[in-house]
Amino acid sequence: MFDIFSFCADPAVLDTGKWFACYLTTGKHMAFYASFGTVLLLLAITAPTALAFGFGGAAAARSRIAPLRWLGKIYISGVRGIPDIAFFLFFVIALDQGFEWLRHQWLCPDWDQPIRQGNDFVVCAAAKLPLNTADQSVHEWYGFATAILTFAIVFGAFSANVLFGAMRAVPKGQIETAEAYGMTSRQTFWRVIVPQMWVYALPGLSNLWMVLIKATPLLFLLGVEDIVYWARELGGTKQPRFTDYPHGDWRLWYFLALLVFYLAFTKVSEIVLDRIMRRLTLGQATTGGEAQRVAA
Amino acid sequence: MKNLILTTAALAITAGAALADGHSVVRMGTEGAYPPYNFLDDNGEVAGFERDLGDELCARAELTCEWVTNEWDSIIPNLVSGNYDVIIAGMSITAERDEVIDFTQAYTQPDPSAYVVLAGNESVDLSSAVIAAQTNTIQASFIAGTGATLVEFATPEETVAAVQAGEADAVLADKSFLAPIADGEADLVMLDQQELIGGGVGMGLRESDGELREAFNAAIQSMKDDGTLNALIAEWEVGEQF
Repeated sequence: MFDIFSFCADPAVLDTGKWFACYLTTGKHMAFYASFGTVLLLLAITAPTALAFGFGGAAAARSRIAPLRWLGKIYISGVRGIPDIAFFLFFVIALDQGFEWLRHQWLCPDWDQPIRQGNDFVVCAAAKLPLNTADQSVHEWYGFATAILTFAIVFGAFSANVLFGAMRAVPKGQIETAEAYGMTSRQTFWRVIVPQMWVYALPGLSNLWMVLIKATPLLFLLGVEDIVYWARELGGTKQPRFTDYPHGDWRLWYFLALLVFYLAFTKVSEIVLDRIMRRLTLGQATTGGEAQRVAA
Repeated sequence: MKNLILTTAALAITAGAALADGHSVVRMGTEGAYPPYNFLDDNGEVAGFERDLGDELCARAELTCEWVTNEWDSIIPNLVSGNYDVIIAGMSITAERDEVIDFTQAYTQPDPSAYVVLAGNESVDLSSAVIAAQTNTIQASFIAGTGATLVEFATPEETVAAVQAGEADAVLADKSFLAPIADGEADLVMLDQQELIGGGVGMGLRESDGELREAFNAAIQSMKDDGTLNALIAEWEVGEQF
């Protein structure tokens, strides 16, 4: 037994306070608390990755090289048009199989059986990702990584659209001036457009961030045991035959805790985003920037 | 009889040895939300009838096994795509599923399905009632074929909660799953009417994994022969014995 408190040996005889102290420190609850960390870690990695995808997509979509431009546009409109659920259910399995197929071609060139056998997807043991022999934690990290990649691709397409619009919103006069100074188009992009576009992008990006926070329960579809999974598991009715801590349907309380977590998290995000916005508008040729100048 | 045990045991051992390279670790996929078959204990570990059974089968087939949980809805797609090697999740053997995956021989007797309703609502007309069942189960397809209205839920827990919330008149599920709930919850009662659907519970494997299936078949047979399977069935109360 994993118990923090020594008196937890026989929960049935404890008074309410001690019972809850024991109940809330079971191994299952520890996994629940740890899953909050999983969600925060996912957000911390996904947000910059998605932004990078978005930046690449937007830059490609406004490229002068036609194939690159098509690629960017297809990425943006393609991913934005597919329902999230479909993406999370099918794309991840396809992605995983794609990796394994590549490894299979590389590692097992002598394999003589077909990879697709009816419904089955069979690659050689050495090509499995992760290997069947790998520790369960490796499998979990791998699932987590594919989750991040999927989130980054989906939210990257949306942020690409936001950034694409933001790049075009930079006042034309700024670009003309840059050209008049003899800057190349690359210099204009990096020195004039990119530094100024963020103020136009931020409202759209902050929306995406809020949606991303609320989309994290989709993690469970990808096999990652997130806070919603544990809340549902812990809150469900427990019969005395199967647990030391029988209780009724407590899902309401667990989901209430999740509600508080998500509300608090979005509130903090709003405050931080407001600050960033104020800093970005400083000195910009927007009404926000003008207002700050007058105030100063 | 003794000879039979010896041959099956020998078969299990040779099958196990033959598998050593292909399946040095066998990953066992389960739902973890269907007591007494499988559930998560207070430490978050997989427990239940199928945990005990699976560990014993792996020991007999000389396999190293690792337990993983997966949502019921996607438990078959993740098997055929190779994320784990075995489904051991209270899954009844049906012809429909057998088209997609393969089953070992059954390790439980066909468990009758039972209805649970709110106390005081025992006289509900089941032929026209609203009945809750878990998605992709034999119970769900059974109700879909009757005149009753089917409401489906992703987890077993939600089907019972739907009855308690008045959202459904009754829940149809395996009797061994509903029995402890009907005992434990004062507001729920089990009806006398039962439905004999399903052909016993077996382990699901990829159709291309014939050797592993034979290894488990032999191990199940040896547990049937020496009575240990019956002992487990009695301990966890998952229906009739063999």
